[in-house]
Amino acid sequence: MIYNPNVVKRRKIRGYIALLLSTFAAGLGLFWLGFILFDVLRHGMSAINLDLFLEDPAPPGVPGGGLRNAFVGQLLITFFATIIGVPIGLLAGTFIAEYARGTRFAKIVSILSDIMVSVPSIVVGTFIYAIMVMPVGHFNGWAGAAALAFIMIPVVLRTTEDMLSLVPWTLREAAFALGASYFKVIKDIVYRAAITGILTGVILSIARVAGETAPLLFTSFNNSFFTLNMNEPMSSLTVTIFVYAMGPYEDWHEKAWAAAFIITFFILIVTIFSRSIIYWKYKSKS
Amino acid sequence: MSENLKMQVKDFYFYYAGSKEPALKNINMPVYEKQVTALIGPSGCGKTTLLRSFNRMHDLYHGNRYKGEILLDGENILTDKMDLIELRSKVGMVFQKPTPFPMNIFDNIAYGLRLRGIKNKSELQDRVEKALKQAALWDEVNDRLNEPASGLSGGQQQRLVIARALAVEPEVLLFDEPTSALDPISTAKIEELVVQLRETVTIVIVTHNMQQAARVSDYTAFMYLGELIEFDKTDIIFTSPKKELTEKYISGKFG
Amino acid sequence: MKKFLKLPFADIIFALISFSAAFTVLTLIFSTILVLYNESSLAIHKFGILNFLFTVDWDPVQEIFGAASSLYGTFVTTVLSLLIAIPISIGIAIFLSEISPHIMKTPVGIAIEMLAAIPSIIYGMWGLFTLAPIMANYIEPALQKVFGDIPVIGKLFEGTPMGIDLFTASIILSIMITPFIASVSRDSFNLTPNVVKESAYALGATHWEVIRDIVIPYAKLGVYGGIVLALGRALGETMAVAFVLGNNHQITPSLFEAAATITVTLANEFTEADTDIYLSSLFYLALILFVLSFVILAAAKFFLLKAEKGYSR
Repeated sequence: MIYNPNVVKRRKIRGYIALLLSTFAAGLGLFWLGFILFDVLRHGMSAINLDLFLEDPAPPGVPGGGLRNAFVGQLLITFFATIIGVPIGLLAGTFIAEYARGTRFAKIVSILSDIMVSVPSIVVGTFIYAIMVMPVGHFNGWAGAAALAFIMIPVVLRTTEDMLSLVPWTLREAAFALGASYFKVIKDIVYRAAITGILTGVILSIARVAGETAPLLFTSFNNSFFTLNMNEPMSSLTVTIFVYAMGPYEDWHEKAWAAAFIITFFILIVTIFSRSIIYWKYKSKS
Repeated sequence: MSENLKMQVKDFYFYYAGSKEPALKNINMPVYEKQVTALIGPSGCGKTTLLRSFNRMHDLYHGNRYKGEILLDGENILTDKMDLIELRSKVGMVFQKPTPFPMNIFDNIAYGLRLRGIKNKSELQDRVEKALKQAALWDEVNDRLNEPASGLSGGQQQRLVIARALAVEPEVLLFDEPTSALDPISTAKIEELVVQLRETVTIVIVTHNMQQAARVSDYTAFMYLGELIEFDKTDIIFTSPKKELTEKYISGKFG
Repeated sequence: MKKFLKLPFADIIFALISFSAAFTVLTLIFSTILVLYNESSLAIHKFGILNFLFTVDWDPVQEIFGAASSLYGTFVTTVLSLLIAIPISIGIAIFLSEISPHIMKTPVGIAIEMLAAIPSIIYGMWGLFTLAPIMANYIEPALQKVFGDIPVIGKLFEGTPMGIDLFTASIILSIMITPFIASVSRDSFNLTPNVVKESAYALGATHWEVIRDIVIPYAKLGVYGGIVLALGRALGETMAVAFVLGNNHQITPSLFEAAATITVTLANEFTEADTDIYLSSLFYLALILFVLSFVILAAAKFFLLKAEKGYSR
């Protein structure tokens, strides 16, 4: 045998150092997470009170008031974005996973969707601005919803495609053998089998756009007043955070932290919850 | 011709992680120096489990337990004191599927050598050439040593792996069903190699193919359900086995 | 086609509707390019392509616009954040796939993915209120003391440390993109066939040597894909950077100076643009960014697809 104890000792030490550094890196990642979450918690919790949800903003520089318009605006915009984006994503994902399975068209759409998922969201904002804000002459809630929908569509498309592909082909065959048409098979059999995964994908996409700011900056823009009219500029939590945090008032900063806290924990809880469901249901497949 | 004892398995039990029942029970068996010892038996009999104990592969997975002793040159390799790197410098292994590393042919063979601190270019070249010749692969690859090893055929890859193991000059070489993934011609080449190699290294080979065991080995151990049923010279096992179970297996009545 | 028309009515409708939905994806991408190009045409005609890319000036008053300063900021923050994130992410991936005890794998993995779920505006706020002061008061002065006098490298650390600069922005960005590289790399590492690792152990390799010589090279393509994906993300990040970069259109070698990226420029100035040429130049920037990220993300996808194919061999 070829064996040099000194060489071996050096190798072992080098190995320990390398593995230690890797563990340290993981610790670092956890540290950042803890640090950020702790900060958001610390600053945010102290500024939360009932007024935040019930009152509209006070004039700039005047303390007090709340963010009712921002909460309502965020809900409205997200709601309409979901109504537009989810059905399109769902149907599109169904098409490429079922009717067009294996075709080049499906592959192209799938790849382009993946790219769309990561396209800079601010560019989406400029696009929607050009087609929905400029022609109308002013910012509006619909444009904000459209911008978010633009982002949601590829996310829902891909998760739908993935979840439908997980349903074994034999399940469909059994239904075909009974004389069912493809549409019926999809509606009654395939969707039912994949419903958990698809729903979770939808929820995750909502969580994803709920935290977006850039696409709203020049679409729904902002509104210091309460409104339910989607044709007007509409305030949102995220844009409010941006404006308030960059602003000069201490009171604004506090409110920004409160809003940040609410958004962050909402998104994290939804994300963890949905991921756990997927992990649980598809444990063997992961 | 007195044969030296290279390894000795003594009262050996093995438990997989989380299992109360031993996968190997009360194994006692010799491994003679510079001889080929075959481990045969039906699937699940524990032959591979026993083989992987000889170089403590089981240590890679948390929770596996050994009981008893396995002596290599008189020293028990199952103690905590045993340096696994030293053990694996003495005992090498070839696996069922050819496993070339993601590098070129030369670097594959040189890998074990470089780990051990050999950097001198000409020394590496000499050793690589020697190993490839020992594995009967030199003639086929000497003009393309810097091509990726993944480009070789299955049989060639397996010989590459053998050369890689031989390059670090082990004293014992373990083969885990080395030909089960290969075509008949490559299989014959490897069997030829095994017989030749026994002049340099002690060989233990696991095979599910009885005829292969009969062809290449000097000693055979027949195992069943985790126990060693019979151990003897290969001729005796195959012509006049002492245990009924052995006889049944040899004549194809099961497994 | 004939077979298609023989189908029950519901099927035809559903198939057509879902087809148009799928087609929407193509439509959206093409329309984005078209619309952006259209809106930029004024600026493209006035400034051309190469000229615009290399002009440093960004002067709304004199109506001279150039992408160079924004591109510089985009480039520096992206590259620096990658330099910081890559080793840390690979370390995390190694930990998750090779070192971590089984029980810890899921929770730590989820924790890392939570980093990805945190909205970028939160990163921005945290950067502004927590990280920037720490940078300004402790870290940047310390770095200046250590490196400030060294000839060439010293230039990187010049200027009064305010915390609102390329350096802070890059750090925040690196934290944001770490989970992308880490989870893709971890998944790639996990795909290394056990037998090959065992072969290396059988030759007497140590755990680290197996990781370094077998696991990482095997996972090369996947790791590249993850890195390029992170690159694409970093390129397009707005909110995380907008708070701590300052939007100062300049090119300076110092990391402790404010700068601008395309995204930050857009975020800060889009609603302020009062002339057609100003707005058109902003659209021009958006177009450049879109094309750039599209190309990079396509490259990432290419690597990841190739990696997938390699493993199923």
